[in-house]
Amino acid sequence: MTFTRRETLAIGGATLAVATLPGKLMASTSDLIAGVTGGAAASADGIELTAPEIAENGNTVPVAVSAPGAVAITMLAGGNPTPGVAKFTFGPGSAEQSASTRIRLAGTQDVIAIAEMADGSFAAVHKTVKVTIGGCGG
Amino acid sequence: MKLNSITAIVAGLVVASTSAFAGEDSVLSIDGQEFITQAAAPAHMENVDTIYSGWVFRTDETQALEMDDFDNPSFVFVEQAEELFETVDGSAGKACVSCHESPEVFAGLRAKMPRVNDAGELETLPELINGCRTERMGAEAWKWSGGQMSGMLALVGLQSRGDIVDVAIDGAAAPFFEKGKELYYTRVGQLDMSCANCHEDNYGNMIRADHLSQGQINGFPTYRLKNTKLNTIHGRFKGCMKNIRATPFKEGGEEFKALELYVASRANGLMVETPSVRN
Amino acid sequence: MAKGVKPRVKVPKSASAGEAITIKTLISHKMESGRRKDGDGNTIPRSIINRFTCAFNGTSILDVTLEPAISTNPYFQFEAVVPEAGEFHFTWYDDDGSVYETKKAVKVA
Repeated sequence: MTFTRRETLAIGGATLAVATLPGKLMASTSDLIAGVTGGAAASADGIELTAPEIAENGNTVPVAVSAPGAVAITMLAGGNPTPGVAKFTFGPGSAEQSASTRIRLAGTQDVIAIAEMADGSFAAVHKTVKVTIGGCGG
Repeated sequence: MKLNSITAIVAGLVVASTSAFAGEDSVLSIDGQEFITQAAAPAHMENVDTIYSGWVFRTDETQALEMDDFDNPSFVFVEQAEELFETVDGSAGKACVSCHESPEVFAGLRAKMPRVNDAGELETLPELINGCRTERMGAEAWKWSGGQMSGMLALVGLQSRGDIVDVAIDGAAAPFFEKGKELYYTRVGQLDMSCANCHEDNYGNMIRADHLSQGQINGFPTYRLKNTKLNTIHGRFKGCMKNIRATPFKEGGEEFKALELYVASRANGLMVETPSVRN
Repeated sequence: MAKGVKPRVKVPKSASAGEAITIKTLISHKMESGRRKDGDGNTIPRSIINRFTCAFNGTSILDVTLEPAISTNPYFQFEAVVPEAGEFHFTWYDDDGSVYETKKAVKVA
């Protein structure tokens, strides 16, 4: 397989873009997580976040969170005008500490979920969702 | 062993990548009923071999929304229409239910619409509904693409869900079909595009980050994630025309009615999916 | 009360004692974010459902705080335990002070 000079440049550019992007997002993501945990460390285990890799429309993005034993799960979207999305507080009648909903994402960004466990510890997870620009959108 | 599984994965990837678009192999099943989402094109279509429901062009997440009537947000509006069906309106003191026992009596109707009536006029579902309202109920006509009309269209159309689209194009319908076909292939607007440029020449291709569909209307009215409401057929035609920088025809006008007949007939062989979910 | 607001819930009609069941809820609501502008350039004021709760025979199952990032027609799916026969009570709180409620009885087989 051979590439023309132009193709090689394009690939290089794309790689560079991919390499620089996460660093910038990671910073604000960790700040947002720290904002919820009050600076306490959050485990990467014990929480799951399901979100599409690519959302067809940022208006309605299906997401699901699950954190067995959690008291509450806070969901944030760092790339929105305001990062708050929802806070799920689980009562004694909840069977498993999980919930699904549909959210708005202003653009490609990290969706973050932070669980507060019964013992006061935290678990956090984040996932990048690419939000596509509609073709016509008419 | 390990090599075999890798080979299988690679083979799977190759198979997947030969599909024209993401959901071509997905199966649409609602409440246990399987839907025909691809079929041989009707004989009158000269340039297309296979017709596809717009559902197959959507991502897994969007597809899933149509596979369960609770997850499908259209049903909020269907339920509102069920209430409207029983609500008295107008000077005659009647509701839909005064003449039509239940919405189920409209089973099969959506699959045949639009159609030519005995007077030789092309009639669409919104016109039938507004005809009832103004002539029998003494009520005001609903706005073509308003919430009440689109909800009622969804409720009436739902009664034919799963029926094979079978729109008549011969006999009295022939002149309307020809007019609609001409409109379909006529380039208009600043971008100088016809319906066919996108929905016949380029379906399955990307238009920016979107998959272009064949522009089938067998699932209308459709709940769009974009505007989170039910969208009517003529409302969608209007949107397309704006996108190509053309002056849209009037909703309910002769042009869109003829175009609706022609476009509807391009889905002859697919199933009614009303109310569908699209992006 | 905002116009056209209608709750929908999906709960099994019966369950066995102690069984975990899936509940789905949806309410028709425009969830106006407060960030859009009208044709004259004036900001359309925020008007959203800001809280949703579900309880069974008075025991809390889920209490959700909603922000404007929740989509139009808010949808939730979650799991609840049915310890005995009784009633689910769903409540949505609107920014304008309206409260929308619906109840669903469950039999224990």
